[in-house]
Amino acid sequence: MHQFLQQIFSGLAAGAIYASLALALVMIYRATDLVNFAQGEMAMFSTYIAWTLVNAEVPFWGAFLITLVVSFVGGMLIERVVIRPVENAPVLAAVVVTIGLLLIFNSTAGWIYSYTVQDFPSPFPDRPLFGALMTTRDLGVIAVTLAMLILLFVFFRFTATGLAMRAAAQNPDSARLCGIRVGRMLAIGWGLAAAIGATAGIMVAPVLFLDPNMMGGVLIYAFAGALLGGITSPVGAVVGGLIVGVTENLVGTYLIASQLKLTVAFALIILVLVFRPNGLFGTAIVRRV
Amino acid sequence: MERPLPAPAGLAADRYAGLSLAAWQKFGTLALIVLAAVLPFALSRYHVFELTMVMIYAIAVLGLNILTGYNGQISLGHGGFFAAGAYTAAILMHHYGVPYWATLPPAAVICFALGVLFGLPALRFEGPYLALVTLAMALATPQLLKYFDTWTGGQQGINLVKPMPPPALVELGLDRDRWLYYVAFVALLIAIRVAANLLHGRTGRALIAIRDQPIAAAAMGIHTARYKTLAFGTSTLFTGVAGALAAIVIGYVSPEGYSLFLSVSFLVGSAIGGIATIGGAIVGGLFIQFVPNLANDISDAAPWAIYGLAMLLFMYAMPRGVVGSLGPLIARLTQRIRAG
Amino acid sequence: MQREDIVSLLRMLVGGLAALSFGFASVLAFAGDQYGPGASDTEIKIGNTMPYSGPASGYGAIGKSLAAYFAMINEQGGVNGRKINFISRDDGYSPPKTVEQVRKLVEEDQVLLLFQTLGTPPNLAIRGYLNDNKVPQLFVGSGADQWNDPKHYPWTMGWQPSYGTESRIYARYILKNLPDARIAVLYQNDDFGKDYVNGLRAGLEDKAGKMIVATQSYETTDPTVDSQIVALHGSGADVLLTAAIPKFTTLAIRKVYDIGWRPTHFINSVSTSVGSVMKPAGIEKAVGIISGAFNKDPTDPQWQDTTEYAEWLAWMKKYNPSGNVADTLTVYGYATAQTMVAVFKASGNDLTRDNVMRQAASIRGLKLPMLLPGITISTSAEDYAPIKQMQLQKLDGTNWKVFGEVMTGSGN
Repeated sequence: MHQFLQQIFSGLAAGAIYASLALALVMIYRATDLVNFAQGEMAMFSTYIAWTLVNAEVPFWGAFLITLVVSFVGGMLIERVVIRPVENAPVLAAVVVTIGLLLIFNSTAGWIYSYTVQDFPSPFPDRPLFGALMTTRDLGVIAVTLAMLILLFVFFRFTATGLAMRAAAQNPDSARLCGIRVGRMLAIGWGLAAAIGATAGIMVAPVLFLDPNMMGGVLIYAFAGALLGGITSPVGAVVGGLIVGVTENLVGTYLIASQLKLTVAFALIILVLVFRPNGLFGTAIVRRV
Repeated sequence: MERPLPAPAGLAADRYAGLSLAAWQKFGTLALIVLAAVLPFALSRYHVFELTMVMIYAIAVLGLNILTGYNGQISLGHGGFFAAGAYTAAILMHHYGVPYWATLPPAAVICFALGVLFGLPALRFEGPYLALVTLAMALATPQLLKYFDTWTGGQQGINLVKPMPPPALVELGLDRDRWLYYVAFVALLIAIRVAANLLHGRTGRALIAIRDQPIAAAAMGIHTARYKTLAFGTSTLFTGVAGALAAIVIGYVSPEGYSLFLSVSFLVGSAIGGIATIGGAIVGGLFIQFVPNLANDISDAAPWAIYGLAMLLFMYAMPRGVVGSLGPLIARLTQRIRAG
Repeated sequence: MQREDIVSLLRMLVGGLAALSFGFASVLAFAGDQYGPGASDTEIKIGNTMPYSGPASGYGAIGKSLAAYFAMINEQGGVNGRKINFISRDDGYSPPKTVEQVRKLVEEDQVLLLFQTLGTPPNLAIRGYLNDNKVPQLFVGSGADQWNDPKHYPWTMGWQPSYGTESRIYARYILKNLPDARIAVLYQNDDFGKDYVNGLRAGLEDKAGKMIVATQSYETTDPTVDSQIVALHGSGADVLLTAAIPKFTTLAIRKVYDIGWRPTHFINSVSTSVGSVMKPAGIEKAVGIISGAFNKDPTDPQWQDTTEYAEWLAWMKKYNPSGNVADTLTVYGYATAQTMVAVFKASGNDLTRDNVMRQAASIRGLKLPMLLPGITISTSAEDYAPIKQMQLQKLDGTNWKVFGEVMTGSGN
């Protein structure tokens, strides 16, 4: 029983990591209808920027804020410069572009910072909780993820910019007719996603340790979690991420040998999607004739 | 092939230097084939080996083109089918002593069956959801290969003996590399012929209808599910045969050679060549084989950044791929010349 | 004797001597500098593949160290007056790519030999080709047991003690000191990890089934190993072997401590760096860990006053500035490069593939500065395992303390 609880709590801790990146994925999908495969690498790169600042004796929260701003601006620039040219091109062209971005960020990080694993400081102390089921650090990750979720929810529902962004994504032409600067909304969407990614990276680096390949595995699970929850739903992203984390742990321990864990976990996720093809909380993609 | 040769300038008639456009096309294709046939005798063994790999990747990308281009389904998992073909060949050769050329038909059949099997559930999914399902296939492949190690050799992989050419041809100066070049070459020609027949005929039109207007197509009586599944199966057949050929040419299979990156490479090659084209598959094969090496020559420190940059530039300049963008461009040019 | 006879005799003698010296001189000229492909009066060209990209790219640090060491040798005048031209290519740890790059190195670049090609599957992919073409595949960068097989693959030689050898050493220690142990194993799901499991089983012999109570694997794409550690703890084991690359060893050490488990913890020799593995995990969480080692950990304070360390550090600063001084991979590269240079020195002016291979198979008791005291390199025509010894060491508060004698694993 104790082991069962431990597996669940470890799963929740890992799931929160996936959920935080999944939020960024959902953000970009809602804003621009694209899956950004480079999201993980962008988050990793932002984390390296924070790491450089911390090493230069900048206090943690200062480094965090600077990194957020830099990531936001960077995300906007990437949307304007890199993504804009393929926005009206076939979807596959945009997919290839995001994959290209992934390679560029990963390779450049490896070149600048080498592939040695680095330490990263955490704002949360590392104390055990609930009798060694979890640490305060894991709880911190969960708390920050939930906080981002709430902020996003509020943003989309209750602010003018959020509303404008939703309009621009759903129906760009009508939105333009209403005076919404669609281009700017897209850029802001990417900027916000980059900032979310940066937060995710900074929260996660103390747990996973910082190296250029830190986010590779996380992206795959975050992608699965985001789709499981519904690619258009931030709540879905968080729930999906947590479910993926827990499922993966339970499958590996109770269902099948750990060597097939990844395979079986994905098979289960796909099974769920067979019954709910748009994810648990997603809205159906309606095709009009 | 859909790429017409540019007409000599100044002639406004339908005949160019005495031949029709169609005749020029046939002549050009024949010239290319002859050129490709004599190349092995002009190049070093290593370059022959490289070109053999280009042709093999072209067959694999052609398979992906059938699915993505003509059916609108994005697959991140074709590396898995490539592996399936490779291991079919390796297991048959290693455990059962089957000669190398006899492993190609079983590889084709098995990969077709796998494709139909995966095509059925994949039908339910669209866009990013389909990407996830195929991604799962790509990720599961190395794990499954490592797990069933009595057959697959697990991590150690399987070493294969590189086949010798038939004794009669050795007299003509064919060594192992040249022989395998011709084997791959013939396979590529057959693949192109089959794909062209398939896609320029009724099946192709049905697939394009399903891709562009699925509801209308269903309303017209096209059995959407059947065609989509068949498209998946045919696509994996091609990629599987390519995998079998690759195993024979390289002489070794192991799970590390069939990672997610291979699937991504196929997708990238497909997009850069032009997803709904046949010629684009060859461009894709060239891209996959040569651009990483070129990137390495340009930058020692961050070669994959150069590769990523190359991907970006190609997509900006030619969002429909090289053949996909150049084809219509050349057609327009010839039309303009024809109009005077 | 008549005078004419003496003159004839003298003439015969002079002629004979002349003929002899002529013959001798031509034999000398013939037995002078001999070159295989890639070797000449001025350079020795050698080839290498490394994963500079992809998930295994951490090992690229070895390739950079090799290049840096050869750069230093070249600046000091080279080996026997020849500069070493070290060509290293990226294979991304993908065997098909390794085959392609190695063929290019052999057929286009015409290198003399392949040196420190990294990874078990990549090396398995090229072994047949290199042996068929009689190209030395020297000091392979992998700890699999297969590189010590001169009967079937006379051109392929390993360098480090194999993973199987290492885990057999752990097995012997456990049988002797912890005979009632219940053992759990965390291993990377590939050849590297599985070799450790198999070696442990072989070392425990008939007790293996009873003593090994749980095994859990992980993939390099897994973000954490928390679930596996929890499951292993649940098996009730009191001994843990972690056969993992550095990052995952760090994760394991931390999780083991955090859930309150205090097993006798063995970690493998690849992941022993105090600076890059123990400190990130929290060194207080790693106290008492046992490992095997054959080279010195550069972050271990006990070596930092020695001249060998000072020399190594000076080399790092001048020739390998992008390398991390806490990274044991740089020490590994340093030591393997020194071995290669020693073989070239012994080859003298006969730089054919045959002779270089012969010299590589005739090393006697070579001592290297960054190997642990008591560990030397030896090979013979029947023994292609240059390093067969390891030393057990235990982590106290700040660094490794060796204990016991140098052990020899009986692998393969």
